[in-house]
Amino acid sequence: MALDSKIPGGSISDKWTNYKDHINLVNPANKRNLDIIVVGTGLAGGSAAATLAELGYNVKAFCFQDSPRRAHSIAAQGGINAAKNYQGDGDSTFRLFYDTVKGGDYRAREANVHRLAEVSTNIIDQCVAQGVPFAREYGGLLDNRSFGGTLVSRTFYAKGQTGQQLLLGAYSAMNRQIGRGKIKMHNRHEMLDLVIVNGKARGIIARNLVTGEIERHSAHAVVIASGGYGNVFFLSTNAMGSNVTAAWKIHKRGAFFANPCYTQIHPTCIPVSGEHQAKLTLMSESLRNDGRIWVPAKLEDAKAIRDGKLKPTQIAEADRDYYLERRYPAFGNLVPRDIASRAAKERCDAGFGVNKTGEAVYLDFAAAIERYGVDQARLKHLDENDKALVIKLGTEVVANKYGNLFQMYEKIVDENPYSTPMMIYPAVHYTMGGTWVDYNLQTTIPGCFSIGESNFSDHGANRLGASALMQGLADGYFVLPYTIGDYLAPDIKMGTISTDSPEFEQAEKNVKQQIEALMSNGGSKPADYFHKKLGKIMWDKVGMARNAKGLTEAQNEIAAIREEFYKEVKIPGTANSFNPELAKALRIADFLELGELFAKDALHRNESCGGHFREEYQTPEGEAQRDDENFAYVAAWEYKGNPSDAVLHKEELMFENVKLVQRSYK
Amino acid sequence: MKLTLKIWRQKNAASEGKIVEYPIDGIEPDMSFLEMLDILNDELIVKGEDTVAFDHDCREGICGMCSLFINGEAHGPDRLVTTCQLHMRKFKDGDTIFIEPFRAKAFPVIKDLVVDRGAFDRIQQSGGFISVNTSGNTIDANTIPIPKHDADRAFDAATCIGCGACVASCKNSSAMLFVSAKVSQFALLPQGKVEATDRVLNMVSQMDAEGFGNCTNTGACEVECPKGISLENIARMNREYLSASLKG
Repeated sequence: MALDSKIPGGSISDKWTNYKDHINLVNPANKRNLDIIVVGTGLAGGSAAATLAELGYNVKAFCFQDSPRRAHSIAAQGGINAAKNYQGDGDSTFRLFYDTVKGGDYRAREANVHRLAEVSTNIIDQCVAQGVPFAREYGGLLDNRSFGGTLVSRTFYAKGQTGQQLLLGAYSAMNRQIGRGKIKMHNRHEMLDLVIVNGKARGIIARNLVTGEIERHSAHAVVIASGGYGNVFFLSTNAMGSNVTAAWKIHKRGAFFANPCYTQIHPTCIPVSGEHQAKLTLMSESLRNDGRIWVPAKLEDAKAIRDGKLKPTQIAEADRDYYLERRYPAFGNLVPRDIASRAAKERCDAGFGVNKTGEAVYLDFAAAIERYGVDQARLKHLDENDKALVIKLGTEVVANKYGNLFQMYEKIVDENPYSTPMMIYPAVHYTMGGTWVDYNLQTTIPGCFSIGESNFSDHGANRLGASALMQGLADGYFVLPYTIGDYLAPDIKMGTISTDSPEFEQAEKNVKQQIEALMSNGGSKPADYFHKKLGKIMWDKVGMARNAKGLTEAQNEIAAIREEFYKEVKIPGTANSFNPELAKALRIADFLELGELFAKDALHRNESCGGHFREEYQTPEGEAQRDDENFAYVAAWEYKGNPSDAVLHKEELMFENVKLVQRSYK
Repeated sequence: MKLTLKIWRQKNAASEGKIVEYPIDGIEPDMSFLEMLDILNDELIVKGEDTVAFDHDCREGICGMCSLFINGEAHGPDRLVTTCQLHMRKFKDGDTIFIEPFRAKAFPVIKDLVVDRGAFDRIQQSGGFISVNTSGNTIDANTIPIPKHDADRAFDAATCIGCGACVASCKNSSAMLFVSAKVSQFALLPQGKVEATDRVLNMVSQMDAEGFGNCTNTGACEVECPKGISLENIARMNREYLSASLKG
C-alpha cells in the first residue's frame, strides 16, 4: 500500500484556504443523521467533540476518567503558542511555521505545520471568547512569554496552569452540548477495539469500567484523540491512566504507526527519588525564562554536594558551570528541549550531577529574584541596596509568575526553591510519534481519524514548548471539523449503523476472550511488576541516548517480558465489576507490543534527529547528526502480527519552503 | 515507617461497607500517600486478595480525580494539596491512619474509596459555559481589554479542580464553593455577563436538584480546598443569585 499524504496543491500559504474552498460540505439537516465517535476528551478530543456537536453531528464521546475535565491535557503548565505578534517583536505565521519545522529537526510535514501556524491565532480568539482567563498586562491586554527554540514572545499563558484553563474551556464547550443532548458522554469507559465494516471504521468496542460490561457503539466515523504513549517508560510525566490502547487497537486493525521512536524527554522534571516512585512531575519550561541551569564546575564540589557536605548556595559564582549559557550563547537556557536534556545527561554522566543519585542539575532563580527585586525597588522608590528588601520584592514577582510550580516543588521535595535552587533532571514527557495520518488527519483506515498527540504529524522529531496545546486545539476546533465533513458527505443517506453485524460480534468476542485469558491464567505477579520491568529497559536502552547493540537487546528482552506477562500476571477480582487492576493490565499488554516496535523503529533509523539520539551518529561537538539523504522520511509501520514483523512504509518529506541545515542554537 | 491503615471497604453501591484494618511496613517518608496505597495493593495481589479501589490519575494535583478522606480531613492533614501530593513525611512511625471515601448523598460510593461525582458534571452542563460556537471568526482577543485585577480573580476562581473536597468537608454537604467558583469566573469577565442571569439560576437549581445541602458559612470548604478557592466566591454567587432572582 502506497502512502498518500493528500497534500493539496498550491503555494504553502494558500493550501489550507484552497482546500477548504473545494471540499464537500454536509448540509445542516443531514448532519443530524450522522454519528461520530470521539475517544478521549483532552484538548483535541474535547474541542473536536464540542465543535462537531455545534455543527449538528451526533457525537458519542468516551473517556476513561470519571469526567472529561480530567484528561491529562489539564496538566500542561507553560503556555500555548500563537503567531499574534502582539509584542511587535517580528513574529508571523511564517516564523511560527519555520520555528516548528526547524525545532522538529526537519522531520515534520511542511503543509500540516503551516496550517497549524495559520489557525494558531484563531485559537486565542476562540478561547478568550469562551472566557479562558489568560494572563494580562496592566493595560488589560494579553501577556506573552518566551519558550524554548524561538527568539520571539508568542506564548500565551495562565500562570502555570495554561493546560487546565484551556481544557476547562473545551470542557465547558462540551458541557453546553452535553446539556443540549448533542454529545452523549461515556465517562469511565475504555475503548478496546475498532470495528471495521466494508473497509470503513464504523464503531468501537468499549468496556464500561464501572460495571465491566463490554459494549458496542456504532458511528459513521471514529476519531481517536487518546493522547501519547509516554507511559511505555513506566515513569513519565503522563497521568497514571495515560495509555496507548486506543491508538494501538486501531494500529492492529490496519492504521499505520509512524515514528514511534520520536519521544520527548523534557529537561526540567523533579528527579527520581526512589524505587517506589510511580510517576514524575514536570516543572514547566517557562521556568527557563528566569531560571539559570548549572552544575558545579569542579568534580570535588559535585561530590561534596552529593554527600551532603556542601550546599549549592555555598558555591561561588566562579565555581559554577552554566553549561547551557556556555555552549549555546544565542539561546542560552532557552534551547529546545532535546538539546537541554542531552546537555544535562552529558554533565551528569561526566560526574557533575548533584542529588544523591547523581542524576540532577540545578535550576536557580537567585539572579532573577535579585533582578526583579531591584526593578521593583526602583519602581516603588525604595532602597535598591537593601539586600533583604530586594529579595523580598523579587520573591513576590517570581511567586506571582510561577507560584503554583514552586509550591508543587516544595510539597514533593520538601525544600524551598525560593532560597535554594531547584534540582531537576530530564524525564519522558511527550511522544511526537503516533498514528500516521494524511492531511485530512485520517489514518490508513477510511473513516478513522487521529488528532492531537495521538497522531504524528506536526512536531517532527522534537516538539517545541507550548506547541502541544496549540496542536490539540487546532486539530479539534479548526481542522478536523472541516476534513471529517468532506469524508462524511457520501454517507448522508446511510442511516444509523447497526451493531448487530458479524463484524461487531467478532470484535466483541475477541475482547472478551482476551479478558478471559488474562483473568484465568493462574499467574502470581501484579501487573505493575511487568510495567516497571518494561520501563527500565526502555529508559536504559531506548531512552535519551540509544545504540544498535542496546536496541537489539531491548527488542528481544521486551518480547520475553511479553511472553512472561501472559503467563504470570495476576489480576484480582472479577471481569464484570469495577476492577482497576484489569484495566491496567489491558493497557500494559499494549505497551508491551508498542515498546518492541519503538525499539525496532529506533534501530532502523540510522541517524540522530531531535529526540532520537543514536550514539553512533553525532557531530564532533556531540550534537545530533541527521542524514537527510537517507532518512528524510516518515517511517510508517504496518502491523503484521508480531511487532518484530511490522512492515516499513516510507512517506518522503518534501521541503520546499524551509532549507534543511544543521540545527544550530549557538 | 510501620503503620496501621484502617480502610473503608465496600463491594459496590448496593452493599454495606465497613472499616478493615491493614498493617503496612517499610514505608519511607519521601513516598507519596498514593504510592503507599500502590504498595499495599501489590501486597494484596500477591496474597490473593482484592485490591483497594481508589481514584487517581495525574498524581500532580491538577486533574482532581483523587479524593480520600484521611483521618477525618479531605485530602489529609496537609494544606493546599490533593491526596496525590500528600507525602508520608506528614505521618509518624506507628501512626494509625483512617482512609474513607468522600461522603455525601450526591456522591454515591462505586467501590471502596471511589465515589460517583457525576453531579458536578451535571451542574456544569446546566450553565457553566459561555454560549459561543467555534468559528474562527470571533473578535480579536485583544479587542476587549480586561482589567488585570479582574482577570486575575477570574483565574483564581477558575483554578477549581472539581475534586469535591468542599462537599466532603461541609457538614451540610454543600457544593456552594464549587458552583460559585464557576459562577464567579464568568461574572468577573465581560464575556460572561451576557448570560449571567440564566447561568446562576440554572446552576443553583441543578445543585439543589442533585441533593447538595445549603451553605451555613462555616468555612470548612475553604480550609480544606486544595486550590485555596476563596469563600468570597460564595458571597459573589449569592449577590449574583439575588440580582438574577429579582430580574426574574
